[in-house]
Amino acid sequence: MAYEPSEEPVALKILVAGGFGVGKTTLVGAISEIRPLRTEEVLSDRGIGVDDIDGVETKTTTTVAMDFGRITIREGLVVYLFGTPGQERFWFMWDELSYGALGAVVLADTRRLTDCFPSIDYFEQRGTPFIVAVNCFDGADKHEAEDVRIALDLDPEIPVILCDVRRRASAKVVLVTLVEHALRTLTPAAG
Amino acid sequence: MTTRGEQWLDEHAGPIVRPYALIRGRTRSSADNLDLIAMVTATGSPYTGEAGLGPEEQRILELADRSMSVADIASEIDLPLGVVRVLLGDLQDQGMISVRAPAHAGPRPNERILKEVINGLRAL
Repeated sequence: MAYEPSEEPVALKILVAGGFGVGKTTLVGAISEIRPLRTEEVLSDRGIGVDDIDGVETKTTTTVAMDFGRITIREGLVVYLFGTPGQERFWFMWDELSYGALGAVVLADTRRLTDCFPSIDYFEQRGTPFIVAVNCFDGADKHEAEDVRIALDLDPEIPVILCDVRRRASAKVVLVTLVEHALRTLTPAAG
Repeated sequence: MTTRGEQWLDEHAGPIVRPYALIRGRTRSSADNLDLIAMVTATGSPYTGEAGLGPEEQRILELADRSMSVADIASEIDLPLGVVRVLLGDLQDQGMISVRAPAHAGPRPNERILKEVINGLRAL
């Protein structure tokens, strides 16, 4: 596609959310060069008691490692993927992450479907375009996407797809589905 | 430099510089609101401060020679994001880097850009 060489470089941000251990890091790694990002955060009151910090009561900060990946579409057009921290006590980081995000992939595991409720609530409230991608683990029941939609009580326009985040081709479909959904959401006039 | 008579005990005697010591204990800076995907570019302006540039700041300037995102810089120098933001704030205050907010600062993402992303992802 032709573009003006003098055009300002564009960076876009896509979030990968979902419960702990659902495959967020695997998805980011399947489609991009994954890199660690260290943050050091103050433990919230909520985290105390969740973390086993008996005997180290003075510990008030914790290192949160996030994963991010970068996909270069062309020179001057880059998509960044950020895996959101899985534990709820790191939610304060989500506000920063989701600010200006193009959209979010909510990964779901049908064996623990409730784990993705908080992510869905969050993106619904913020108005961030999102899709639900059901990661089909080996041995997990192959639920139909529509069953998941009903179980999650999702609006009909929100895409629900099955995927295998270990496969690059599947990860591509997930991201393409999200960007297409974002395009429909953000430019409703463009039928 | 330590001189005879000074005592460095316990955590003060640690062999490595703790991250927040690099920034003299500060946790806030003018770069607090830097988006993770804001692009940082070295301006080439000379350093005019008095404290001297630390190796971490020099490394940031090297990385930003050809524009780099905040997230990439933080990952590259392997320091916590909060520390990197303070260092970036210092360099920004010195006029040694310029920071450009990502595209979403505009009213809405450009439809043409999104279509280009879709095609680009498919072609990966």
